[in-house]
Amino acid sequence: MTAAETTSPADLGPALRIVEEMQPITESSIIPLLQRLQSSYGYLPREVVLDVCERTALPASRVFGVATFYAQFHLAPRGRHLIRCCRGTACHVKGSHSIAQSISRELEVGKGGTTEDLRFTFETVACLGTCFLAPVIMVDDDYYGTVKPAAIGGILSKYE
Amino acid sequence: MPPARLNGPADLARFREEALATEQRYRARVLICMTGCRSLGATELGRAFREKIAAAGLRNEVSIVDVGCHGQCSLAPVIVVEPQDYLYGGVKPEDVDEIIEVTLRQRRPVDRLCQRVGDKPVTTVGEASFYRSQHRQVLAHCGRLDPTRIEEAVARDAYAASAKALTTMDPEAVIAEVRGSGLRGRGGAGFPTGVKWDLCRKAPGDQKYLICNADEGDPGAFMDRALLEGVPHQVIEGMIIAAYAIGAAHGFVYVRAEYPIAIEHVSAALEQARERGLLGENILGSGFSFDIELRMGAGAFVCGEESALIASLEGHRGMPRPRPPFPVQKGYLGKPTVINNVETLANVPLILARGKDAYAAIGTEGSKGTKIFALAGKVQNTGLVEVPMGASLRDVVFDIGQGVPDGREFKAAQMGGPSGGCVPAQFLDLPIDYDSVKKIGAIMGSGGLIVMDDQTCMVDVARFFLEFTQDESCGKCPPCRIGTRHMLDILRRICSGRGEEGDLERLEGLAEEIKMGALCGLGQTAPNPVLTTIRYFREEYESHIRDRYCQAHVCPGLFRYLILDEKCTGCGVCLRRCPAHAIVGERKKPHTIVPEKCVYCGACFEVCRFSAVAKVRPGGGSDE
Repeated sequence: MTAAETTSPADLGPALRIVEEMQPITESSIIPLLQRLQSSYGYLPREVVLDVCERTALPASRVFGVATFYAQFHLAPRGRHLIRCCRGTACHVKGSHSIAQSISRELEVGKGGTTEDLRFTFETVACLGTCFLAPVIMVDDDYYGTVKPAAIGGILSKYE
Repeated sequence: MPPARLNGPADLARFREEALATEQRYRARVLICMTGCRSLGATELGRAFREKIAAAGLRNEVSIVDVGCHGQCSLAPVIVVEPQDYLYGGVKPEDVDEIIEVTLRQRRPVDRLCQRVGDKPVTTVGEASFYRSQHRQVLAHCGRLDPTRIEEAVARDAYAASAKALTTMDPEAVIAEVRGSGLRGRGGAGFPTGVKWDLCRKAPGDQKYLICNADEGDPGAFMDRALLEGVPHQVIEGMIIAAYAIGAAHGFVYVRAEYPIAIEHVSAALEQARERGLLGENILGSGFSFDIELRMGAGAFVCGEESALIASLEGHRGMPRPRPPFPVQKGYLGKPTVINNVETLANVPLILARGKDAYAAIGTEGSKGTKIFALAGKVQNTGLVEVPMGASLRDVVFDIGQGVPDGREFKAAQMGGPSGGCVPAQFLDLPIDYDSVKKIGAIMGSGGLIVMDDQTCMVDVARFFLEFTQDESCGKCPPCRIGTRHMLDILRRICSGRGEEGDLERLEGLAEEIKMGALCGLGQTAPNPVLTTIRYFREEYESHIRDRYCQAHVCPGLFRYLILDEKCTGCGVCLRRCPAHAIVGERKKPHTIVPEKCVYCGACFEVCRFSAVAKVRPGGGSDE
């Protein structure tokens, strides 16, 4: 998901459409609802979520409780490119710790962080399920397998 | 026009005949893995094949099929050419011309794309060391059919078992069959599937639910992903049979959002099954109705735990609750609910099709059938391996996996992910089944199998898993929330050279209390990686604590990088590559590393072409 494809939080149109399409909305719908909002806005803008809560009569405390529990929901804007560094077991034994450190050093952000220019968001993930590529990172939808720490700078320079 | 609805087993049989006839119009099939192999360029390869087959005028003779995982991921991108079953690895678009000429026209193998034993090429799937000793029955069709086309699945008997169950058996008979087969849950705990179904069927309540747990979160496990991506109809068929047995009208597939291809293929498969009347209202005219909803997880490992998964489906934070009552008594929305793992459900059609006795003929006394392992880590052949229960670790790692690369030594196999343990070399010949693995302190778990060599530090591995469980702990119960935190603090101290005498006893004490006191499986099993490494690799912990030395040269500060004067040519590559500017030296003269600045990234070790960078005891000289 890149910022270019997403809606500004000032535009409530997509949120209203999602709410309408998902009727009847019950508590069981909270996660799918948040997933659709996030895929439209790129993150979960506070004002959009509050507005949706009001329209659906879902308590905001309940909805934010869910949004803050799951790793995939984001309450702040994300970078144009998402870097995911796999920290699964196979990647770990093949040195992914150093890969994650190199990325952090290169971007000057910690895991979960977004660079100030909104170019990159850096996440570590438990397992990408591509253990045969270990250690592996993904930038957006591109995989980079058997990565070495020294190669990180070169990989990242391909993304503007 | 929507495809014709099938109104009974006779319609299904006819549909199967037609599908087979369509396939048999082609004399060859090129099967390209379009799942995992996409990460290494399968998409471009598929495009090249389609263009060049058309240009060669072979479009009516050869079909190019996008399939699921072939299993041997270390060869990616992998293709198989039927009918000869030639297996080619590392295939690039520029190889396509030669494959068309040699294999598709002259019907001979392209030797240079095959694996080798010595200098002899191994051309077919059946001969390859990776496949020879496997028993692929659940994965039989994975990698052999286009998962986005129901015709291909039906041509290979998909939905024949559910048709048989729904039209010729009553639910009790289905349960008896599955009980008799000895099938146990493949998600980790190994609970007998038929017993679970029976409990749910007998639980009071008119409404029941079935959930397929596809929240495969264990790092290092990817068999559920392969099944959903490669043979989605097999999983759906298993769900239909399960739903019929327990009397559920509604089911869910709860799949990790990190698996976009699985989500795409399952959605398409559900839609096609519905259109054909194989799912939904009045399935195959049997009077039984059952439909399935696909739900995406939102990134919480604990949701693989059944009560947390239910909470998540209900729209809550994914936190487990105390049991009893068990989900079979009170599950989704308080109704009796069966939760089965993907691989478990994928086994079900086999049982119904072959009969319980044939199914139970494979495996050990207490564990029947096969198990799929995701083999990865320090091993030559990585990928998905299906072996009979009771196969040994040696069979899997050394025969199928072809051992540890670079002449290194096998140290341990990590089984069962964060809930499992590290199995040392002394157990290589132990027959693997639920009970034997449990006895040595690990668990079968979901089937992740990570091979570790002498360059893997077992203390670091324990710390790694604890970091994972601590990160994923939902925070509800104190033994897990606080206990694992304490264990992690101790492990971090040991790994950074600040371990103390008594730390191992403290870890063992905490572990016992967490195992007894934690609310759910995540917490109860979290200490396993620590306990098994202390049990089998105690001297490594002691070396960290007493000698401040990490023998595997992994823990920063407990070893150091040293440039060997006699080998260093002063080329300056390491100096330029060092991200911490920790290397000094003049050109053409031996360089040195400033230990205080070193961040242990290993860049110098990796780039040096003269093997002049060594890993040594902190303080000391070379010990290798």
